[in-house]
Amino acid sequence: MVDRTDDPNDLDPGPGGVSRRGFLGSVLPAAVGVAVAKDALSVPAQAAPVPQVPAAEPSKLTLVVNGRTHKVLVEPRDTLLTVLREKLGLTGTKPGCERGECGACSVLIDGVPRYSCLTLALEAEGRQVTTVEGLMNGEELGPVQKAFVEEDAFQCGYCTPGQVIAAEGLLRANPEPTLDEIRLGMSGNLCRCGAYSHIFNAVGKAARLRKER
Amino acid sequence: MTDLLYWLQGPAPETAPPKVEMPPWGETKVVGKPLPRVDAYERVSGSAVYPLDFALPDMLHAAILRCPHAHAVVKSVDTSAAEKMPGVRAVITGKTPGADIPWFRGRGKWYSKLFDERARYEGDEVAAVAAETRAQAYDALKAIKVEYEELAFVLDPREAVKPDAPPIHDGTNRYGDPADYARGDVAAGFAAADAVVEGTFSTACEIHAPMEVHGSVVKWDGNRLTVWDTTQGVFEVQEAVAQSLKLPLANVRVIGHYMGGGFGSKLEAGKYTVIAALLAKATARPVKLFLTREEEFLASGNRPANTMTVKVGAKKDGTLTAIEFSSIGSGGAYPNGASTSFLATDLYTCPNVKARDENVAINAGRARAMRAPGFPQGAWALEQAMDALAVKLGMDPVALRLANVPKVSQRRGNQPYTSTGLAECLRDGAKAFGWSEARTRAKGDGPIRKGVGVASALWGYGGGPPATVVVKLYADGSVNVNTGAADIGTGTKTVMAQVVAEELGVPVEKIQIEHADTGTTQYSGPSGGSKTVPSDMPAARAAAIEVRNKLLAGAAEDLKLPVEELRLEGPDVVSAKDPSKKVAVTAVKALERHQVLVGVGTRGPNVEGKVISMFAAHFAEVEVNTKTGEVTVTRLLAAQDSARVMNRLTFECQVQGGLVMGLGLGRTEERVLDRQTGKMCNANWHDYKIPTALDVPAEQKVLSVDLVDTECNTAGAKGVGEPSTIPTAAAIANAVHDAVGVRVHDSPITPPRLVALLAGRGKKG
Repeated sequence: MVDRTDDPNDLDPGPGGVSRRGFLGSVLPAAVGVAVAKDALSVPAQAAPVPQVPAAEPSKLTLVVNGRTHKVLVEPRDTLLTVLREKLGLTGTKPGCERGECGACSVLIDGVPRYSCLTLALEAEGRQVTTVEGLMNGEELGPVQKAFVEEDAFQCGYCTPGQVIAAEGLLRANPEPTLDEIRLGMSGNLCRCGAYSHIFNAVGKAARLRKER
Repeated sequence: MTDLLYWLQGPAPETAPPKVEMPPWGETKVVGKPLPRVDAYERVSGSAVYPLDFALPDMLHAAILRCPHAHAVVKSVDTSAAEKMPGVRAVITGKTPGADIPWFRGRGKWYSKLFDERARYEGDEVAAVAAETRAQAYDALKAIKVEYEELAFVLDPREAVKPDAPPIHDGTNRYGDPADYARGDVAAGFAAADAVVEGTFSTACEIHAPMEVHGSVVKWDGNRLTVWDTTQGVFEVQEAVAQSLKLPLANVRVIGHYMGGGFGSKLEAGKYTVIAALLAKATARPVKLFLTREEEFLASGNRPANTMTVKVGAKKDGTLTAIEFSSIGSGGAYPNGASTSFLATDLYTCPNVKARDENVAINAGRARAMRAPGFPQGAWALEQAMDALAVKLGMDPVALRLANVPKVSQRRGNQPYTSTGLAECLRDGAKAFGWSEARTRAKGDGPIRKGVGVASALWGYGGGPPATVVVKLYADGSVNVNTGAADIGTGTKTVMAQVVAEELGVPVEKIQIEHADTGTTQYSGPSGGSKTVPSDMPAARAAAIEVRNKLLAGAAEDLKLPVEELRLEGPDVVSAKDPSKKVAVTAVKALERHQVLVGVGTRGPNVEGKVISMFAAHFAEVEVNTKTGEVTVTRLLAAQDSARVMNRLTFECQVQGGLVMGLGLGRTEERVLDRQTGKMCNANWHDYKIPTALDVPAEQKVLSVDLVDTECNTAGAKGVGEPSTIPTAAAIANAVHDAVGVRVHDSPITPPRLVALLAGRGKKG
């Protein structure tokens, strides 16, 4: 059995990225960080008990998604997934488990695939977020998307945006992956319909399409 | 809510036979071709709106409180604190007026309620909340105070039938008497056998775990309800919701355009839809209610665990003389099917067969039909026994199976099959796999041992009525196709477009598919049981032919030629005698006048006196690490008999998926219930392992034996979803035995289990 900690989110979080291992460590500082910043204006931090903002208290956030800047009010506990879908209407990014196990919610953060369900929206501030919608050229499909169509690399299609993002991230880091590298690169994204072999074909084809571009 | 939605029990309600002639297709231009899906753009671009993506203005979000105990009486529910929480707009329980709704019907009675005062498994519904945000709804759940009186529970079906087992429903824990089947004389059959093998096998409980969780968005307009549901069958949901809320069917519209996988778990309506409707009524706002992933594991269905004992006898030449099979399984806390005996009674020719299926209640989530319900379990037992028999007889396992290929369905009155490709699947599959070479190859002398295995299957349900499809030819020559069928990822829309394109000569790009909406589309049964292609495609074909007939009749009038002389050729209607005499389709006056030509196609009855079944043989190659017990599946090959392949590309994709799901049953998937608490230990994807990209073999081949079957239906296609997953796990288990000489009786074949068996064998010496 393959241990799921092999997923790309754990291999190299990179600058600003969040690994599954790092997530628990990051939740608390992020939430407290916001609280301190707000309270620091009036109360000396060392004199007061640890200040806390109620989880539901909204904070201002600037997000750059698919090259466009959005200013939104979010709760500190809101994940990037929630904000993308519910505030920005970008429903191509899918919730599958909301606990970092399936990869349906994958987005690129500064070009690297991340689980948006394990990323607080506040953590994405100042980063370049790319969703499946951002891989389109207007209404035209991007090369990875075209390859997925031609190779029939899906059935129900629900995990597909996440698979496409994972493939895009893999190919940006490694434009000519071997089959083993493709399998490893795609292993953080579950497909219950079991279209894996077609997904591998599609990633191989996408590598060729990207070169021809 | 029928018990089993994959096939009908009793006479089928039949739509009228189609009005048009439908001779079998010869060579086809569009049907069968590997066309990409007609909705591929939506699925890869993110523009497809799945029910979980759906939002309405002013919509509330709902969540369900579930019993945390395996078995308990809900003594009291105090919602007062929750009602005062920020954003909370409604809290409902079983005591809320209108919420006293019966649920889970089986064997003529109701077994539970929407919110039952007795919770019979960890996950039974207790209360529900609607709030402005999802987070607020979950916050409010935590503030509901419930007093439970915990009861003794039972998790193992074999314990549940004992007299001192805690009763789950009134009286017996059995869902009916054991179901017995017999033909011939089993004792005489075993007495006449040269070799007999016997063993007890078990399969672990599997969870469907579709990528999109179950749920609905609902909206009332007065007393009319609209439901956006993630479902395999909009009409099934419509019926259940209308019954529960005592509404006419016309007041309930269910829409299910996209859905993120079901595998049987979305064949029926869920409580969540009705709970959402009650919350929406209480608040006069639209409500969205989807399960969490954990709830999905607990409360949205499963493939039940089964324990099966099988005994098989044969002559020296491999001719089977007797099969005895018994199975016990559980539909769960509420009734659902748990039978597994079908394959043992019908896959091979055998004159003497005895089988028994027992189905009992346990304190765990209720089963739902899961991709070929009962069949992969039955194959796990039967096909391993056949493998053991081949070893005992010193026969090649493929040859043993070939010696017993059935010509008729013995389980169904010895009626002949419309086509039977089992022999072809075994022969062609063995050849393509390199079976003989692989079997005689050295197993290796280090810690890694190689082996190969085979297993076969049939799926005995070939679709049928009712199904209605409407095809409309627009004035510009483009086409609209209207069907109630769901496209659950199997390519229904694509294949239907190909059927219509074949008959009307219109490119699939000019065909619009309108589907899965009870308000606007024609009736179709829920999409499951490999029956959507064989049920709905003949209706689509009939509708398209009716349109073509109307068009030709109109052109005959315009051209003043006999209609028999005319043919549809691309954009024109042309005389077969004089190709200079023609009229453009768009210029045919009958079309111009009406701006549309409409054809209504229905699914006629199935052929009488014959049985429609699909067949398959799967081949597996494994490497076993004898030190760790790890099994690596290095190759899989599926040889399938589905008669006509409607789309080579989607067919192959679906079979690949069947192999992966079979791999999950054989290798990784297992619901673990804690014996101390009765709670599920692995209600998430980290601990419940479905195959990942790294678990599937690098080489997975799909082979269709491409039989011509002009009798199964007027599309000549038998379906493929179920038979592509039935024998995979058994083939893997047989390959493991070939590699290391150890038979793994219990699924899944985990390293601890296999290494213990290997160690045990060492001790016995």
